[in-house]
Amino acid sequence: MPDIRPNRLSREEIARNFSDLHPPLSHSEALIEADRCYFCFDAPCTTACPTDIDIPLFIQKIRSGNVRGSAHTILAENIMGGMCARVCPTEVLCEEACVRNTHEEKPVEIGLLQRFATDPILDDGAQLFSRAETSGHRVAVVGGGPAGLACAHRLAMLGHDVALFDREEKLGGLNEYGIAAYKTVGDFAQREINYILSIGGIQVNAGVTLGQDITITRLRDEYDAVFLGVGLSSVNWLGVEGENLPGVENAVEYIAELRQARDKGELPVGRRVVVIGGGMTAVDVAVQSKRLGAEQVDIVYRRGIDQMGASDYEKNLAKTNGVTIHPCARPLKILGPGHASAVLFERTAPDDSGSIADTGETFKLEADVVFKAIGQQLRDGVLDDGSIKMKSGKVVVDENQSTSLAGVWAGGDCVLGGDDLTVTAVQHGKVAGIAIDRYLRTRENRNG
Amino acid sequence: MADLASEFLGIRSPNPFWLASAPPTDKAYNVNRAFEAGWGGAVWKTLGEDPPIVNVSGPRYSAIHSNDRRVIGFNNIELITDRPLKTNLDEIRQIKRDWPDRALVVSVMFPMNAEVWKKYVPMIEDTGADGIELNFGCPHGMSERGMGSAVGQVPEYIRMATEWAKAAAKVPVIVKLTPNVANILPPAKAAKDGGADAVSLINTINSIMRVDYDTLTMYPATDGMGTHGGYCGEAVKPIALNMVAEIARTAETKGLPISGIGGITDWRDAVDFLALGASNVQVCTAAMVYGFKIIDDLADGLSNFLDDKGMKSVAELVGRAVPSVTDWQYLNLNYVEKAVIDQDLCIQCGRCHVVCEDTSHQAITHTVDGKRRFEVMDEECVGCNLCVCVCPVDGCITMRRLRDGFDPRTGQPISDEKANWTTHPNNPMRKSS
Repeated sequence: MPDIRPNRLSREEIARNFSDLHPPLSHSEALIEADRCYFCFDAPCTTACPTDIDIPLFIQKIRSGNVRGSAHTILAENIMGGMCARVCPTEVLCEEACVRNTHEEKPVEIGLLQRFATDPILDDGAQLFSRAETSGHRVAVVGGGPAGLACAHRLAMLGHDVALFDREEKLGGLNEYGIAAYKTVGDFAQREINYILSIGGIQVNAGVTLGQDITITRLRDEYDAVFLGVGLSSVNWLGVEGENLPGVENAVEYIAELRQARDKGELPVGRRVVVIGGGMTAVDVAVQSKRLGAEQVDIVYRRGIDQMGASDYEKNLAKTNGVTIHPCARPLKILGPGHASAVLFERTAPDDSGSIADTGETFKLEADVVFKAIGQQLRDGVLDDGSIKMKSGKVVVDENQSTSLAGVWAGGDCVLGGDDLTVTAVQHGKVAGIAIDRYLRTRENRNG
Repeated sequence: MADLASEFLGIRSPNPFWLASAPPTDKAYNVNRAFEAGWGGAVWKTLGEDPPIVNVSGPRYSAIHSNDRRVIGFNNIELITDRPLKTNLDEIRQIKRDWPDRALVVSVMFPMNAEVWKKYVPMIEDTGADGIELNFGCPHGMSERGMGSAVGQVPEYIRMATEWAKAAAKVPVIVKLTPNVANILPPAKAAKDGGADAVSLINTINSIMRVDYDTLTMYPATDGMGTHGGYCGEAVKPIALNMVAEIARTAETKGLPISGIGGITDWRDAVDFLALGASNVQVCTAAMVYGFKIIDDLADGLSNFLDDKGMKSVAELVGRAVPSVTDWQYLNLNYVEKAVIDQDLCIQCGRCHVVCEDTSHQAITHTVDGKRRFEVMDEECVGCNLCVCVCPVDGCITMRRLRDGFDPRTGQPISDEKANWTTHPNNPMRKSS
């Protein structure tokens, strides 16, 4: 019998385990940390930021007590600066580039400083941006995740009217449904969305699914431009025997359920959990299972530990939470009967070229629950009618996020070259918003 | 181990660190604690005539802070002692009795009236104090009453009051100077002419710290109004060092013993003052910011420094750097330095580049062969040292002297001969060489 049940830990333990992973800096801590920034020329941290935030400038503004100005510097480039401060893998982005690493192997805590600067704005709702004179243009944005919201906000700022469509009842996409609970406590995702929408000019249409309720063809007819930020909502298949057994779950669905659960302790969790995959999602579901009280949690990844999509920080987070990582093994079979009870793995021998050879050596891990965290793909029937150029199952875009279909832009996880990061999605949305504005203005001039 | 024992005007102390006349030396309680902590001496907080003055019962101090709240500059509007003269004299007598090996000097401030000086100086001497320091420095409050810096800014007054003090005193008389003057030499000369045994400097500098950003009134304020105070702490040290060195190197004042004061926080600051001509040093702000325990680092650091230099006593250090201070016109214009960036130490912050590019001589690259790299272009570098100042890595950028060949900037050959402004062809007042 599988051992899966809720309330493995006390209410207090659960509360502690799902509190803020990185508590915010106090005022004094922020000033001291801000003082560590060297205000570099052509700063490497800014170059490393996918949204080009002028990091030394926003830190200088913290230092001088100009926190509102600091927030403006951040949010002008990245309207989700608050969420990115929480979820960005800063250790491979801005903080990896920090010159303090060379000096003393300890970068400036840019992420925490960014949170220090942006939290007060969301707390008091101060509007830092205003809308340009209305253009009369209407743009459809499909997908209310980071890419869609960033695009909608930029378009609203530039004076256009936006109709935002999302298939869920709550906006936010993976910010709302896909991020580990301890990274975004206090309903932060919704508070940030409310702030973004407060600029005005963005009409929200929730519970509307592309391919069912609306089509790209119709959107192109009814609107002056279309942005697609639909994400990857369908989970990949392992393609092994036993995949359909009860107890085999999609990590993203469990993470979403956990985020939406009012009482996290009520969520059933297995005693022994096996996670298949090597990205952030694998770590998120593994650590959260552990924090819900799972006894034994194993992550199994088919390539070497260095090839894992999860950052070093995330891998360490898994280890310090008592999760065991097994690199170089692929699942052969999920064993039953009737319910997942174990997974049979074969050890692999990955080489530098990226291909993996089987070794013939096998091992078995007992499991009450098996999570698949091997990536997502576009839902069938969304963009596969051949009207938009696709490659490897993703939308092909140019440097302006423009698709092959005139008047249609795309960004976020659904496009080729996306890297599953909130910050990258925000940049796509911002770039597309600017490009759409340029397109609409040019068309205006031509017609006028 | 170097001997830190100090003798200043015949006044002995186990080390050259005295507490300056200020709040830390206001009472026997404080001075006892200071001597227990190891301070070599103390200059008692300034005494005046009875009845004692009163102080405000509001903010007397304010500070300029670094971001982590280290005090960089400090300001006060406290006046001289606000306790009865007898209370102070009794405590001074007791302290000197209890601590015979420590230097105990009494600071005084009296109006410009010979009779007053004649009356009080003997009373102070009677305590057994080792010396008297004349406070001609405080720039706030007392100066409005014709004392403190109001005296120190008028050389004739300095000379007169010094003469009165000297006429009444058998112990050494030290004249404490105000930096709130255009030139420190006339006041120092006046003190010498009046018979002073030594000068001490600097006292505090006229200052307003800031405004209150909410009320847009002066900060700090007493019931909504503020007044300028005296500025001190680390920030004032360079001003003090210049004045000390001027007195030490100028013919008319050379040889006048100097007690150095102004922002001494650690032993290196003391080395600065001693090497530039002070025979001992006085400290206030550092004690007010960190407590008396910092004497441990001051004394221990100085002792280790002397050992490292092979010096047996503080006296060997005194005045060592004075011969290296001169007027601009005597600087060797044939001397050429270029900045050098150690690429192994460089952390690629680019600060040197941007400040040179924006504010100096466009002499540092930001890209070499398509890579982020900061290198000095000798053909543009004037050797100004700005990059050394802003580089966050100690020792990463250094200055290198060109000894032969040509200066790539000017195309002129490097010459061993010295040549200064006094004989330079561009100088319309040049002397024939």
